[in-house]
Amino acid sequence: MHWEYVIAGYGVTFASLALYTMYVLRRGRMLAAKVPVERRRYLG
Amino acid sequence: MTDQSSESRTAEKVSVSDTPEARPSTRSAGSTRLGVAALLVIGLLLLFGLVLSPPDVNQKDAVRLFYVHVPSIVTAYAGFFLTLVGSVVYLRNGSKFWDLLAGASGEIGVLFCGFALVSGAVWGRPTWGVYWVWDARLTSTTVLFIMYIGYLAVRRMELPPEVRSRRAAVLGIVSFLNVFIVRYSVQWWRGLHQGQTLGQDEMIDGALITFSLLLGFLACGLTAAWLILHRFRVAWLEDQVEELMTEQALVERRREAGN
Repeated sequence: MHWEYVIAGYGVTFASLALYTMYVLRRGRMLAAKVPVERRRYLG
Repeated sequence: MTDQSSESRTAEKVSVSDTPEARPSTRSAGSTRLGVAALLVIGLLLLFGLVLSPPDVNQKDAVRLFYVHVPSIVTAYAGFFLTLVGSVVYLRNGSKFWDLLAGASGEIGVLFCGFALVSGAVWGRPTWGVYWVWDARLTSTTVLFIMYIGYLAVRRMELPPEVRSRRAAVLGIVSFLNVFIVRYSVQWWRGLHQGQTLGQDEMIDGALITFSLLLGFLACGLTAAWLILHRFRVAWLEDQVEELMTEQALVERRREAGN
């Protein structure tokens, strides 16, 4: 009972989380390629 | 001379993207371990939250939204608290690290606050009969969400970096006051939203429900920590790109002046 709401709630949350994660990782890759190694501080 | 240095910088940039070290990213061994742990706990949350935990006597299966909704808002508060700490430290010592950390945690706080608002609205429909009502808790949480979007907007303003960071830090401190209003809104004003859930035995009934809720907290906490780490690194890189562009513009300006 009420499974449609449960699926919608979890679906929206985890789909948004996945999209945001992909955005952050992609942006990180793109920017890291532009910055010389010696300026990539805090990157591990 | 400046032409040569400009050329060598361009060559360096190309070599950075072409070397085997290549595909540089914001990942590190530590962040990978943290990410794997977060994924494992999310898997467990889905298993316990959606399959193994029993439905509630009154709310039936809708109670499963509880495992996402409550941990999301608590994680948002934690993110906003880190923004507050980062903002205070930045205003005291001007550290770029704390400024960028405040921005990163503010963004993750907004993300989790959004999750809480959406999952709350979806949960409201089967329990209250409506997705939304202008209740004190819902309204104050929406105001909190909007205030931190404003904070993120200030961080993107076209201003000198120090001015921008200082304004954002002040807003990061002022906005946190609203967390207290959200927290106590259910006590100060009567509304549809229930009062405090955690620590109330009648709501958290049963070991599996409690365990699922704990998994929710752990999943949100680990995910937020991983995201803040990566978002902070992205913010650092954005800052470095901005500095490189300024340096490049200065070199070009000097070259033009020399000609």
